Amino acid sequence: MKKFTKLTSAVVPLNIENIDTDQIIPARFLKATTRDGFGENLFRDWRYENDNQPKADFVLNDPTYGGQVLVAGKNFGCGSSREHAAWAIQDAGFDVVISSFFADIFKGNALNNGLLPIQVSEEFLKKIFTAVDNNPRTNLTIDLENQTVTIEGQVLRSGEDLGGAESFEINPYKKSCLINGYDDIDFILAQKDLIEEFEKN
Amino acid sequence: MSKTLVEKIWDAHVVKSEEGFPDILYIDTHLIHEVTSPQAFDGLRKRGLPVFRPQQTVATADHNVPTLNQLQPIKEELSRYQVDMLTKNCAEFGIELYGLGHPFQGIVHVIGPELGITLPGKTMVCGDSHTSTHGAFGAIAFGIGTSQVEQVFATQCLLLSKPKTMKIEVNGELGKGVGAKDIILYIISQISAAGGTGYFIEYAGSAIEALSMEARMTICNMSIEMGARGGLIAPDQTTFDYIKGREFAPAGEEWDKALAYWKSLYSDADAKFDSVLTFNAADIAPMITYGTNPGMGMGIQEHIPATNAQPEKEKLSYQKALDYMGFDDDAALIGKPVDYVFIGSCTNSRIEDLREVADFVKDKRKADNVTVWIVPGSKQVEQQAKNEGLDKIFEAAGFQLREPGCSACLGMNEDKIPAGKYCVSTSNRNFEGRQGQNARTLLASPLTAAAAAVTGVITDVRELLTP
Repeated sequence: MKKFTKLTSAVVPLNIENIDTDQIIPARFLKATTRDGFGENLFRDWRYENDNQPKADFVLNDPTYGGQVLVAGKNFGCGSSREHAAWAIQDAGFDVVISSFFADIFKGNALNNGLLPIQVSEEFLKKIFTAVDNNPRTNLTIDLENQTVTIEGQVLRSGEDLGGAESFEINPYKKSCLINGYDDIDFILAQKDLIEEFEKN
Repeated sequence: MSKTLVEKIWDAHVVKSEEGFPDILYIDTHLIHEVTSPQAFDGLRKRGLPVFRPQQTVATADHNVPTLNQLQPIKEELSRYQVDMLTKNCAEFGIELYGLGHPFQGIVHVIGPELGITLPGKTMVCGDSHTSTHGAFGAIAFGIGTSQVEQVFATQCLLLSKPKTMKIEVNGELGKGVGAKDIILYIISQISAAGGTGYFIEYAGSAIEALSMEARMTICNMSIEMGARGGLIAPDQTTFDYIKGREFAPAGEEWDKALAYWKSLYSDADAKFDSVLTFNAADIAPMITYGTNPGMGMGIQEHIPATNAQPEKEKLSYQKALDYMGFDDDAALIGKPVDYVFIGSCTNSRIEDLREVADFVKDKRKADNVTVWIVPGSKQVEQQAKNEGLDKIFEAAGFQLREPGCSACLGMNEDKIPAGKYCVSTSNRNFEGRQGQNARTLLASPLTAAAAAVTGVITDVRELLTP
């Protein structure tokens, strides 16, 4: 599994709530039997017209924005359990997804692939959107070891600082998996005797 | 110590629990299908591992399969390849497959219960979020991603943190023309598409206890639509009667032993839930959705809530949903013309659903402007419908009874709703493009769908029912 420790990057803002996995990767693209290549169809129907022309007003088609961090509205990844959603986001070059709320299955799928889902407060999420709105090149720094997200400081003429930082929660086991690149199978396989013992009872 | 039903089943399946780590949870039954398994089989090959307990794994082909001329080679190349890959993988790893042509083939969440594979007290998983369906039997059942499919293949276990528990009570009697689908759409409309996230939900109360097993499955099926990983209902005599005599259900002495255990599966009277919600069955009308997530539902006579009435930060997403649906603020849906009616999916494709629809449409005919597809949940449901002559009723009504599969619920096969068209659907998701690019889905019960089929417009089915 891909390792993650620290990242400083610009972000792609997607200020929409309840983004379901059917939007992230529509069902008609789930027919592949490998994990590769889903990125080109990430947000397919929001990103392209039916004749495959890019929709200019969709953020992934806007050269103003870029980076390895996707920031989205609450309840991100709801709906279908398709892990293809996490694969597509990762394949499109993202290492982190930030939202104020994640659907359970998506969050697990992301963690199992080394894509870091970070849940921040509603206020902090709004702060990120505001900062990026003000300056699309705003960098975020994600520090997994210290469990913090930092918005690069930018002081407005009014004196208001759009920067800031917030800490985030992550299961300590999952954190060590990400930092070391281990996955759950490595962990469970080491307990095979216990499993066989459990089956006898 | 008193425990909830979820805690009883969970604790009985913990292989190892260690501070700071998720539990290692043993999985009794693993259901698989063609879409979310190939990468997991590939993972096993890369690691040089076998499937640890192939006899606890059951496979079927459902998501991609055509619902007409099912036994001819699948025309669409990628679908055919994926279904063939499942056949090859199951043969290589020693897994029982109920593939196309097998009398047990069908939607994975329909065949588990009807074959007696789904039982109280089990832990069950599948690479499909609607695995929550099996919770109707008092099982811990939930959807997983493909990495977890690989974990279960390799170890028959998953690493999971114990979920929080929520009890949803529905008490009282349902009104005429109101069913299980309306109950669950109502609950989701009340608590939102994220209201159950992080929880396992136990449904209880007199209105739930009065439901048949098939109706209970409809309720548990849509637990995921409010974000809950799973939903379950304590097993009772209705459950036991349904299971007895099914293909793989325990029999003889095994039955007696199992029954004694199943009878211990209920939440203790003083068990603590992290959250408790109570609803009154009499408040529930036939439901319909007007937006692009299952939380955007309302009683069929109501008007679409105004964008201005939404919380500030939700207005943008809300307006986007109404724009997609082509609906205005405050519009009523009654009388709105529809183009398609889809009766099927793991939510509503069981024999009772088909009987209810047949009973309603007998001696009626579909409106000319509507195309009606009825897609049974399994070969067994299809056969039963034919044995009972339901196929003749559907034919006379102009409804097309097709062959089993997930079909237009997600349009992975040819059964797609065309762009811009309105479909009243008994499935579980009204997401943008779910039933086809730019298709517009209105979720409803089988009765409400049948009423729309007959009148050609959104209709309050209660007005068509004989008193």
